[in-house]
Amino acid sequence: MSAWDESEPLLELDGLRVEFGASKKRRFAAVKGASFKIMRGETFGLVGESGSGKTTIGRAIVRINEASGGRILYKGRRIDGPISKELDREVVQKIQMIFQDPMASLNERAKVDYIVSEGLYNINGFSSEEERKAKVEKALLEVGLLPEFASRFPHEFSGGQRQRIGIARALIMEPELLVADEPISALDVSIRAQVLNLLSELQRRKGLTYLFIAHDLSVVRFITDRIAVIHKGDIVELAETEELFRRPLHPYTKALLSAIPLPDPRLEKKKRIVVYDPACHRYDERGPEWREAAPGHFVLADERELAAYRDEIARADAAEGVQGAR
Amino acid sequence: MATNEALLSVRDLVIKFNLRGQVLTAIRGASLELYEGQTLAIVGESGSGKSVFTKSFLGMLDQNGWIDSGSVLFEGAELSRYKTQEQWRAIRGRKIAMVFQDPMTALNPLKTIGKQIEEVLELHHGLKGQHAAKAAAEMLERVGIPDPAGRAKQYPHEFSGGMRQRVVIAIAMACKPRILICDEPTTALDVTIQAQILDLIRALQKDFGFTTVYITHDLGVVANVADRVAVMYAGQIVEQGLVDEIFYDPRHLYTWALLSSLPQLGVKHEPLYAIKGTPPNLFKPIRGDAFAPRNPKALKIDFEEEPPEIFVSPTHSARTWLLDPRAPRLEPPAAIRALRAAYERSEA
Repeated sequence: MSAWDESEPLLELDGLRVEFGASKKRRFAAVKGASFKIMRGETFGLVGESGSGKTTIGRAIVRINEASGGRILYKGRRIDGPISKELDREVVQKIQMIFQDPMASLNERAKVDYIVSEGLYNINGFSSEEERKAKVEKALLEVGLLPEFASRFPHEFSGGQRQRIGIARALIMEPELLVADEPISALDVSIRAQVLNLLSELQRRKGLTYLFIAHDLSVVRFITDRIAVIHKGDIVELAETEELFRRPLHPYTKALLSAIPLPDPRLEKKKRIVVYDPACHRYDERGPEWREAAPGHFVLADERELAAYRDEIARADAAEGVQGAR
Repeated sequence: MATNEALLSVRDLVIKFNLRGQVLTAIRGASLELYEGQTLAIVGESGSGKSVFTKSFLGMLDQNGWIDSGSVLFEGAELSRYKTQEQWRAIRGRKIAMVFQDPMTALNPLKTIGKQIEEVLELHHGLKGQHAAKAAAEMLERVGIPDPAGRAKQYPHEFSGGMRQRVVIAIAMACKPRILICDEPTTALDVTIQAQILDLIRALQKDFGFTTVYITHDLGVVANVADRVAVMYAGQIVEQGLVDEIFYDPRHLYTWALLSSLPQLGVKHEPLYAIKGTPPNLFKPIRGDAFAPRNPKALKIDFEEEPPEIFVSPTHSARTWLLDPRAPRLEPPAAIRALRAAYERSEA
């Protein structure tokens, strides 16, 4: 069914909470308690609108933002909070990030050669200048750039080429997990396909695991195995990609799906937009919990909603016949 | 849908820019008709010239740019001959208005929203004081801002991105223009808000009866709003037609490539079609079909002679040698065949 290894989560978030604000009074929780596991070899999508906390989760995983609660586990070992030097070094090397805007994320004053090998300098990842040069050359070739580009500056490249440089800079570390934060949203339409293809190809060749953070569900559908939907710091639903598209449960997911722009005038003109109103939940003081509505399909719900969702699934299955029930 | 005389008619427009002593040809002979009450979407990548093209209808080209030749005819006036700001003031904002991509930079952060709308009303309609304030509040209500009188006293930073874009639309609508040009109006917004803004513009268009031009790279937005579509590449309109003609029966290989590279139309676990290379350098003269170097199926003539505009139907044309009777017949790529098949099934 799936390309990834079910047995071993590469990364696990357990009730991750991230807060901002200096004083206790002015605390703001950007992430209120996120739990999910990313399996080795999987492409895991994290989808939400601006301000939902999706980027904060990505940044907490690469240890840019500090976790205020909960745990982040990498191969079963805790990587949030203070960690040993050896583990820090391992995490710095094995978890890499690709950023959204290739115009802003590359050092304008450095040559590509330095930009790509900066991570290696930090971890003393080479023993001789020849080795470093060879690694830079290999990384550039892997992302489809010519080795002679190493002596150029970022401004000499187009947006798509710059994003390739950003990917080369991550690849040179020989990472296992790549956190890609909106890696194609700043690119032109014709370049997006190139970068998406490159990411897929690298995954196949190197067995990489991706956390793909994006707002655009249509792109996420194309590339991911599973999707988590995040709304205002809460993960509201998580399922395999096609399952989520086939039977979304949470009203926010439904709203998000209904708004996807489709490049098909016939469908687009029939489209009915569902608007999400948080007041539709009538939670008591205990609030909703993270529950499994169907195997592998999780949703944030209280008892009453869960029953309704299960009912919805049963009805959808009945309507689709034996095929739908799998 | 009206198919009478064109409201705005552009013929063989050439726009050039002077950049550090070098001359760049941004628009290389584009022709286009805009019909009353319709919505036209101009699609293209960055650098294709879609923004420059429409800015020339309002006299908003940068200082170093000029209309080199061609004509822009609007209500009997030849806009390409307009020189002074006085001339343009009668058109810009009053007859043709524009909504930009980023609502934060389009608004003045130091003035209240109400004041910014009142300024427009005063400049164009001579409304003052109470009358202007009342009209401004009405405009805000019209674009779906709750508590308009109260919100008019607030500053742009007190509004969310979607609300700010509504304000920008209210300002553009304040003069009841005949043409509203929306330059990537929803790119900076979240998808759920994006849909609401598109609905709002559609509703206003129905009420006020203006003509809309969308400039966008998002084919989802195009499919949603457009009656007609113009595809721009390297300063030319390479294909134009009714929205169904462009999506279900595209003829230019660039349009094929644009559609097939969309992840929405891709097949999972298979590579997407990716357009190779980059758009041509517009500082240099272009020989033949500008898309030929990126087109693996280019014909020999594509590199030698510029293709003429060939009509497929009275409403649909493309600049490609493939439509020449001597050209080989090419089957469209899988993504487009699938789109078309789904369309035909629904029609049957």
